[in-house]
Amino acid sequence: MSKEEELIEELKTQIIDALSLEDITPADIDADAPLFVEGLGLDSIDAIELMLLLERNYGIRIEDPKKRREVLTSVRTMAKLIESKGQVKE
Amino acid sequence: MMQAYINSIGIISPQLTFDGSFLSAPIVHVESQFLMCEEPVYKEFINPVQLRRMSRILKMGLGASSICMDARSDVRPDAIVVGTGLACVSDLEKFLLSIDDNQEKMLSPIPFINSSHNTVGAQIAMMRKLTGYNMTYCHRSFSFESALLDALMLIAEGGVSNTLVGGIDEHTEGFFKIFNLLDFWRKKSVDNLSLFEGSHLGTICGEGAAFFFLEKNRQDGTLAKITDVQTFLKECDASDVKGEMDAFLGRNGLTEVDVDMFVLGRNGDSFGDGIYLDLERLLPESCGIAYYKHLCGEYMTSTSFALWLAAQMLHTQKMPDVIIKNPVSGRQLRRILIYNHHRRKEHSLILVENADL
Amino acid sequence: MARRVFITGFGIISAIGNGVEETLASLTERKSGIGQVSFLKTSLSCFPVAEIRTDSDGLARLAGIPLSPVHSRTFLLGLIAAREAVRMSGCEGLCSSMGMIGSTTVAGIDQSDRYYRRLLCGEATHKDKIPSFECADSTELIADFFGITHHVTTISTACSSSANAIMNGARMIKCGVADRMLVGGSDSLSRFSMNGFNALEILSPTGCRPFDNDRNGITPGEGAAFLVLEAEEMVGSRTVYGEVSGYSNCNEAFHQTASLPDGTGAFLSISKALQSASIEASEIDYVNAHGTGTKVNDLSEGRALKTVFGKEMPLFSSTKGYTGHPFAAAGAMEAVFSLLSINHGLVFPNLAFETKMEEVDVVPVTQLCRRPIRRVLSNSFGFGGTDTTLIFSKV
Repeated sequence: MSKEEELIEELKTQIIDALSLEDITPADIDADAPLFVEGLGLDSIDAIELMLLLERNYGIRIEDPKKRREVLTSVRTMAKLIESKGQVKE
Repeated sequence: MMQAYINSIGIISPQLTFDGSFLSAPIVHVESQFLMCEEPVYKEFINPVQLRRMSRILKMGLGASSICMDARSDVRPDAIVVGTGLACVSDLEKFLLSIDDNQEKMLSPIPFINSSHNTVGAQIAMMRKLTGYNMTYCHRSFSFESALLDALMLIAEGGVSNTLVGGIDEHTEGFFKIFNLLDFWRKKSVDNLSLFEGSHLGTICGEGAAFFFLEKNRQDGTLAKITDVQTFLKECDASDVKGEMDAFLGRNGLTEVDVDMFVLGRNGDSFGDGIYLDLERLLPESCGIAYYKHLCGEYMTSTSFALWLAAQMLHTQKMPDVIIKNPVSGRQLRRILIYNHHRRKEHSLILVENADL
Repeated sequence: MARRVFITGFGIISAIGNGVEETLASLTERKSGIGQVSFLKTSLSCFPVAEIRTDSDGLARLAGIPLSPVHSRTFLLGLIAAREAVRMSGCEGLCSSMGMIGSTTVAGIDQSDRYYRRLLCGEATHKDKIPSFECADSTELIADFFGITHHVTTISTACSSSANAIMNGARMIKCGVADRMLVGGSDSLSRFSMNGFNALEILSPTGCRPFDNDRNGITPGEGAAFLVLEAEEMVGSRTVYGEVSGYSNCNEAFHQTASLPDGTGAFLSISKALQSASIEASEIDYVNAHGTGTKVNDLSEGRALKTVFGKEMPLFSSTKGYTGHPFAAAGAMEAVFSLLSINHGLVFPNLAFETKMEEVDVVPVTQLCRRPIRRVLSNSFGFGGTDTTLIFSKV
């Protein structure tokens, strides 16, 4: 498994935990599916929780609402951001 | 005259009640300092996507109200009124403690949002897209009575033909510990069915969620009728309570002999039981007396459990032995008066009648 | 014919003054109460607040009672406002015939913030503070002070709480359940609310700018306001300051914290209130808006106002640029401002407004206006989708 794939799996578990998605397993989440509206159907409060996840677990904070929407498009876009900031844990 | 028919009930309590049965299952009998609810599988009522953010009290509220609304499925509630003494206290505690735990940084907003006292009523509205009147009363042991009075007023005003009214409080470890410092609870585990034996400080903690579909008009499934409700705030003794009770009955054209059964909130706590025992001595010998807190425990909106009991008794004419202190003999149950007090200061009266009256 | 509900007294305390006279002076002199936090100990001190610059000792003195460690800030604020209301009404000797509806969101949060954790660990020293954690506490202490025993209760519906207290007090009088009611609400500034709204990312870093295109969030406030409502036939020769002539409460049934973006929730609330008052929209002279300064509220409320009033928009403003958002107390405070508007022929400006919102063509009043005001409509919208609108009329 590549580093990105590993990170994606880790992120899926963290997302399930942060958003209390009780009946969902990492295997149920498609890394490229939209997180909001369709896919998992998350809402604006979940967006705040996901930003907290990035900040708490990876030290990344994004203020610009447009950039936030881009980053939170899918699990993969979140993973790419984390990698680009060099925040992946060894 | 303000009155409303109870046309369906949904109740989650420490007894097996969410299935609509009336104490037909074995009575829950525990040795404990608290009684906790027998809960349904909430996924049957609540979308799992919504369920995920919900604390237990929200699940209880949505579960009980769903059971109630589904039993009157032809009609949408015009209004929702909720009474809750402590509201969403586990979320409140979570957020409050997180402030210092995280030095006011990176706090999750979800417990803050959920801690708003009107969240139960709001979630019911969101779940069923109910845009009508929506109110939450949060005043210790007056909470449910305030909600009932509001519902009676709404129906009397004529703007609605029905109201969904609920009383809900949950037991949490945090508030159990807090109120323990005020000697609310027995210091050791107690057999709930022996709650009234001996003289002890403290009672058994409880919880519950009971929702009632009140309507202007009688229906086929009508259980009973609520005729009046009152609260009064004073440190007083049984003779004062009797005076208030007589005035309450009097304004309904009744006296104590017109009441067949008094359902009392006696809870085995020597701090306040004296009022109930003295009051019983002032009541006619022929009247029935029943207790209920050994079945549901003590909580701020426990009179909602009492109302469920009263409605079931009036509807079925069955008076389960487990609640009876003095039986009603040789006559039909037509009228029940529920009396409860909290810490000898908050007193409430609810008059419930047979739907035929 | 239903009984008419008259207002015979009112009282207020907020960041812009203690009492009606000081409050009116601040409103007319554009003196905002928003500034840097001074008493509340919080690391969020970069956010402006509308704090009452008096500690508990000072509040107890203003309330005219000895300071007790079991008294919460919320209760003290409430008592100050309630005493002014009852005094103004001339009902001091009539309190045993009164009912009371109080309201709060945070209750004795200054006490719970300080003592909850310690009590949880079993430290019994401060167990006397426990009752103040509950919403009922401040209402009951005020009721006890006045000797009010019947029809005492507390509403807690987030930011619409005290507006609901006024509405339901009026309804109780109209239904004949009560003849006179003390109604209102109180909330104190707290780390709980500040951190909560910060977690939601809606605290304004500059001070709130209601209805402005560049608005950036709320400014937390604190305070209390109470009204004395009486049935018409109970008033006799005493002064009447206005009438509660219409009201409504609806629910958006949309989202826990956000209102419907198209304003349909607020529209429903406003329309139903007009209906209950049996008046047309054109008969409203001034709207005291909820106008918190958030992107979401002001847009949906602006859209709703536009839909209801169209080209006949009355003068409107949010007064939260003065008082911040005092949460539960907002509705009652703004009721007091509505009554001041009616009794003094004034419309108070919407502070910190420069540019209208791009999405909807509504512009609030930005200067103090003097003209006869017969009817004021006041909105209070809260978390949980609760929308309440009150209409006050000149008698």
